Parts: sequence; structure tokens; C-alpha cells
Amino acid sequence: MTSEALSALHPAPGDAAAVARHPRHVRAYGDTTGDGMVQLSFTLPIPHDARAEGAAQMFARKMGIDPAMVVHAKAMGPDFTFFVVYGRSSVILDLAEVPVVEREFPILPANEINLTIRSILNRRLTVIGACVGTDAHTVGIDAILNVKGFAGEKGLEYYREIKVVNLGAQVLVPDLVARARAENADAVLVSQVVTQKDAHLTNTRELSAALTAAFPHGRPLLVVGGPRFDPAMTAELGVDRIFSKGTTPGEVASYLVHALAGGVQ
Amino acid sequence: MTAAEGKLGLDPEVVRTARRLAERAAQPVIELARTHSTVSVERAVVRLAGITGADAEGIPWVNRLVDSVRDQVGLEYGVALPVWAALATGDYPGLTALAREAAAGGVTFRLPTGHAAERARRASLRAVAGGVARVDANRRQREEMIAGLGDPPKPWIYLIVATGDIYEDMPQAQAAAREGADIVAVIRSTGQSLLDYVPEGATREGYAGTYATQENFRLMRTALDEVSAELGRYVRLTNYASGLCMPEIATLAGMERLDMMLNDSMYGIIFRDINPQRTFIDQRFSRQVHARAGIVINTGEDNYLTTADAVDAAHTVIVSQLLNEHFGHEAGLADWQLGLGHAFEINPSLPDQFRLELAHAQLVRELFPDAPLKYMPPTKHMDGDVFFGYLLDAFFNLVGTITGQGIILVGMMTEGIVTPFLSDRDLALKNVRYVRDACGSLAEDFHPPRDGVIATRARQVLSESIDLLGRICDDGLLDAIAAGTFGITKRPATGGKGLDGVVAQAAGYYNPATEILEGRAHDEVQDELS
Repeated sequence: MTSEALSALHPAPGDAAAVARHPRHVRAYGDTTGDGMVQLSFTLPIPHDARAEGAAQMFARKMGIDPAMVVHAKAMGPDFTFFVVYGRSSVILDLAEVPVVEREFPILPANEINLTIRSILNRRLTVIGACVGTDAHTVGIDAILNVKGFAGEKGLEYYREIKVVNLGAQVLVPDLVARARAENADAVLVSQVVTQKDAHLTNTRELSAALTAAFPHGRPLLVVGGPRFDPAMTAELGVDRIFSKGTTPGEVASYLVHALAGGVQ
Repeated sequence: MTAAEGKLGLDPEVVRTARRLAERAAQPVIELARTHSTVSVERAVVRLAGITGADAEGIPWVNRLVDSVRDQVGLEYGVALPVWAALATGDYPGLTALAREAAAGGVTFRLPTGHAAERARRASLRAVAGGVARVDANRRQREEMIAGLGDPPKPWIYLIVATGDIYEDMPQAQAAAREGADIVAVIRSTGQSLLDYVPEGATREGYAGTYATQENFRLMRTALDEVSAELGRYVRLTNYASGLCMPEIATLAGMERLDMMLNDSMYGIIFRDINPQRTFIDQRFSRQVHARAGIVINTGEDNYLTTADAVDAAHTVIVSQLLNEHFGHEAGLADWQLGLGHAFEINPSLPDQFRLELAHAQLVRELFPDAPLKYMPPTKHMDGDVFFGYLLDAFFNLVGTITGQGIILVGMMTEGIVTPFLSDRDLALKNVRYVRDACGSLAEDFHPPRDGVIATRARQVLSESIDLLGRICDDGLLDAIAAGTFGITKRPATGGKGLDGVVAQAAGYYNPATEILEGRAHDEVQDELS
């Protein structure tokens, strides 16, 4: 343990208040600073016999929880046992080492988004959305595009200055590209939920290549979203932005406006 | 219990008005379904006659055969007359051989006339009666097994299995039954609803679910028969008669003794963007088969509340249930076969949320006193706080118990986060059992005052339903769907997938399956059916 870590756990009297407000080094908190208490539940594929609770305790200890109290153990059929464990975790976290991904654009209210589109484009912004490949899960793209929206935010259809063309489920890449050309789309939004055999990655690369080929003088913005995308993979997939689980329509609209403004500069 | 002696003070005249309006709204769509057919309806006819198998590319022979007839003579007169006229030449030993030959381009189909037409009509009727007889035998066998093994008390506990591999699904389904499931549903592979053919054979690879195939149906029913015998109660099997192959999947379900089928009148339209006309035509035939097979259908109104607000859109659930009821009755389904769907999806941070959920659930119970009702757990407001989610599921179970719901889908605290762990399922069943046992017959003690929040809210939702039904009658159901009335999704009557598989029946259209299912051919095929 470093001396800094020790000082976080046992602050000197003078700077106690400041350190307590913003400690750099932290342990898990049960009911007292520095107690390191955590709670977890797990199942082991063993019968609930004399050995079971000892096994659970050893399992927790190997996870760095010591002492570990097995507070609940229950047989689930003849071959499995479910455990709830409380105990002290030895982990000390240096918050300076925690990576933070900062959003590169500000979240704007709907009226400001509409105004910005009008002042930059002097026409409506056209967005084409689809689920490509075998993917039939339109929930994500619908949540972003439909007026109804998601998490209390209205979807892109609600924005006066955005024209939305939602092609729905299982759209073929050539069809999507053709429609993007026909509509002279400013942005293509694709939602991918199905991830078996990395279908979401394969489909996205295919779409990126096809769009680039079809728009030799600069393709529309390509934005993909889905629960299993890594937001850091934009370059690798050939897309402009990746949104992950929990993204709201307002975030997408704010990004589009930000990207649009950047493109004009 | 009838609406007149219910707990909410619903005016029986208002309830009758609601049903009358639903009937009026449904009528033009039923007329559309009576006068049209689809590629999948025609394929279901040939499946009832016993065709099986697929070509090297995995496309079923029935698709090859029906496509071939369609290319040569069209489907306006139905597939039966050209197919059985071709068989009458004696050049082909059976349907599969005919389909192989047709796929190779070696068969010239003609629409028979005169005596040839009459012969083809009779032969097709006899062949299809063989399949209907199998459906009938399955129904009798189910009834005997339930009588022998015993039927679990309601509410029936409904659990989902979906590994993608039927050979993994079978032991998991048996484990679920041993843990207390009365109904096992095998979720289908993503995207199957948009396939215009039913895959063939046992499948070991699916996307977030397992393909619905005839062989998978058979394997799973066999596995559940085993565990039913072990447990001394009949465990029901559920799959999905939805998507572009709805009529064929309904037929295969009847032929393999499935017990319940998801079969909503509008789900595919709203949530899978399948063409509305195709859906309504396919749906009528599917429900005729379900009616004959003694299958309980489950409708999908719960889904509306996952896209629309559960308070604002409460009346759209009622409207859809009334439409589903009428479509179901018209197709021959009895009330006990109508597992009308609804859900516990009101935002838990809303004041009086629990009272509103009680109001909605009790309203559905009283409007459809003899329907089993399928009540779905919270999904939309399950946000990763598994501890609060577990509490919310308990409140869902409580509403289900107090309002006497027939089928309870078990809520998982991991909903929307991960595929439930073994322990999640165990905890979820413990939740259901605790609420059910702790409450006992609490429903008997539940008498909300007529002027209280619950009864008032229920009457308000019914009144909004009547207003909406009135507007649907004025605009037409297809236009209402196009305007985004259900699930806030706009689906125009000529949009979506599968419209090219719809055909208007010509004068002289013949469908031996419909003849039998609508009771017009009983005398002629008595021997085959007995």
C-alpha cells in the first residue's frame, strides 16, 4: 500500500475534511469509511452439502474478499447452490487511474438543434435509419427515430428541421445505400442488436465500404448504435460515431448538429 | 362472473357497445381475409396434406411447389386444384416427388375443368383431411393426458427457454418444468418472422432463440411429455404463430400437439413491419387451425405498452383485445382459447402506479371473464437496479393474484440486462410462489369502492376505448393502423413485407382446408376424420 493510499484511509487531522470530500484513493463503502465491505451473490455447480458453504467462502476469498461471510446458501435442484456473501474487499482504487471518455459535443435543446440546422444547411437535415442484415430488432432505431422517442425524450421525427426516413428491419446494404443516394441523405443511422458471429461488425464494415463507394465526393455521416458496440472502434469500422446502450435521441441529434458544423468549418 | 356483477361497476350496456363497435371495425378486414389468400395459406394447405422436406439449399419443397404453381397458373384459384390435377396424371408417387419435379421445371400445371376439376377437388379434400385428422387426434391426446396427469391450478406459470440449440433447449425446458413452470415457451430465432419459409429439421444454431421447425416442435413436445409424466401434471408448450409463415406454423403446431401459440392480430404489422393485409389474411386461417387444434392463443397487447406510455395508451390495449376477441370468435376460437395479453408497464415513479395497474388488470378481467388472460411482467422500467426490479416483479405478481390472471409470465430482475442466470430464475419463481401462497384467495376480498380511484380509472379507460373504436369504425382499421394508432408506429396498408404474397380469390377459388375448418365438407370426409 502506498503512503498516499494509507493517508486516504487514515487522513491527517488537518486536511481531513478536504480529503474526505474528494479522496483520491477509495475502498468500497459499507457503513464506515474504509471498511471495504461488499456484497455479492453467485451460484456454484455443486450440491448444497457439508462442503458447500466452505467452497463459497473460499471462492469469495480468492476474489479478494476476506473475511467473507456466507449469509445465505440455497440448493437449486440437486446440482447447484446459490450463495449470498458479505465481506471485506482488499481493493484500493486510485481514482486518478480511472479512464473517462468525455463526450466531444454539447447536448443541445431541440429548438437550438433546429436553429443550427437551418442556419448551416438552409434546408432540412435528412436522416435515414435502418436495421441491416438479418437484424429484426427495430426497438433501438425506433427509439431514436420515432416521435415517441426514448427515456422521456422525443425521437428525431419530432425535430422540425430533421427529415426522417426509417426503413425498418432487415434492410439490405445495397437498398440502404440506394435510398441514401435518392434522398441525398446527410446521415445514415444503423442499429445492430444481433451480434452472433460478430454480424454487427461485419455488416457495419460492409455498409461503410458501400457508402464510401457510392458517394465519391464525401459520404453522409455514418452513425451506428447497439448494446454490444465498443464506442472506441469508429476508425476500425469506418464509421463516424458509435453509440452504445442507453443513448437518447437528444444525444444523437446533438451529435449530428455538432458533426455538421464541424464539416462546414 | 359477468361484467354485470363485477367489481368495477361497468355498465353492461357500455360493454355491449364496445363489442358492437369492435365487430363493426373488424368486419371489413374479415371480408378482406375471406376473399383473399396468401402464399403461406396455400403452403399450409399442402402441409396439411403431408408434404415435408427441403431441397439442398434448405428451401422447403412446399415453397418450391407453391412457387411453381404460382408462376404457371397463379394462385387465384388456390393451389389445390392444379396440384391434385397434376398428381392425377399418375406420373408422380406423391407430393414431395411432384415438388422435386416442379422445382426442376419438369411439371406443367393447369387449372383443371369439368370432371378433372371435380376429381382434383375430392382428392385434395381427402389428402388434407388426413392432416386435419392428425390435428384432431392430437387434441384428443392432449385432453386425455390432462385428464390422466392432472392440470395445474391457475395462474399458470410461464417460463421462456431459448438457447438456439434444440438439444440444449430440451433439458432446460425439463429443468424449468421441474422448477415449477406450467408452460414452457421456446423463443424463436431473431428474424424468423421475416423468413417466407419454415426451416426444416432439428436446428442447433439460432440467433437469440431457436428456429420454429416441425422437427423442433416434435422434439420439444416429446421432452415435455417425459417430464409431465415425471411431475404428474401436463406441461404446456408454446411457440409463435406470427410473421410471414403464420398459417404454416399454426398448422405444424396443430400437427405436433403444441398447446399455446402467440398469435396476435396486429403484432407483426406494428413491430415487424409485415404488410397489414398479409397479416390479417394469414391470421384468420391460423386461428381457424388453432380453433380446431384446441390451442390457446396468446395475443401481444403487452407490446404496445413497451413503445407507448402505459397510462396514455391503456385504452389501445383494450381496443386491441376487443378486436382480437372478435377476430378470434369469427375464426372459431372459444373464450377459453383467448389468452389476451396485457402488461404491468406503468412508470413506478408515478403516484398511484399500483392502483392504476390494478384498475387496468381488473378491467381486462371483467371485460373477458372467460378468457385465460396472459399477464406480462415489467420490462420497460427495469433499469439495471435488480433489487428494485425484484420488488417491482413482486407487485406485478400481486396484481396478477388480486385480479385473477390466468397465465403469468415470470418476471426476471435481470430483464433487459443479461440472459437470466439460473439463480435469477429460481428467485423469480420464489417471488411468484410467495405472493401466490401468501395471498391465497385475496381476490375474494378485493372490492374496490365504485367511486374510488381504481373503479373510476377502469371506467375511464373503457370510455376512452369506446371513443377510439368509434374513430376506427369511421376511418377503417387499416387506416387507423396507418395513422399510428397502435404502438405509435405508422404502418400503411400497402407498406411492409409480404404484400406480394397476397392474392385475391377468383370465382371458383378452392381451399380444401378452409372447407373442412369451416365445416362445409364434413359428410364428404367423415371416414378420413373419424
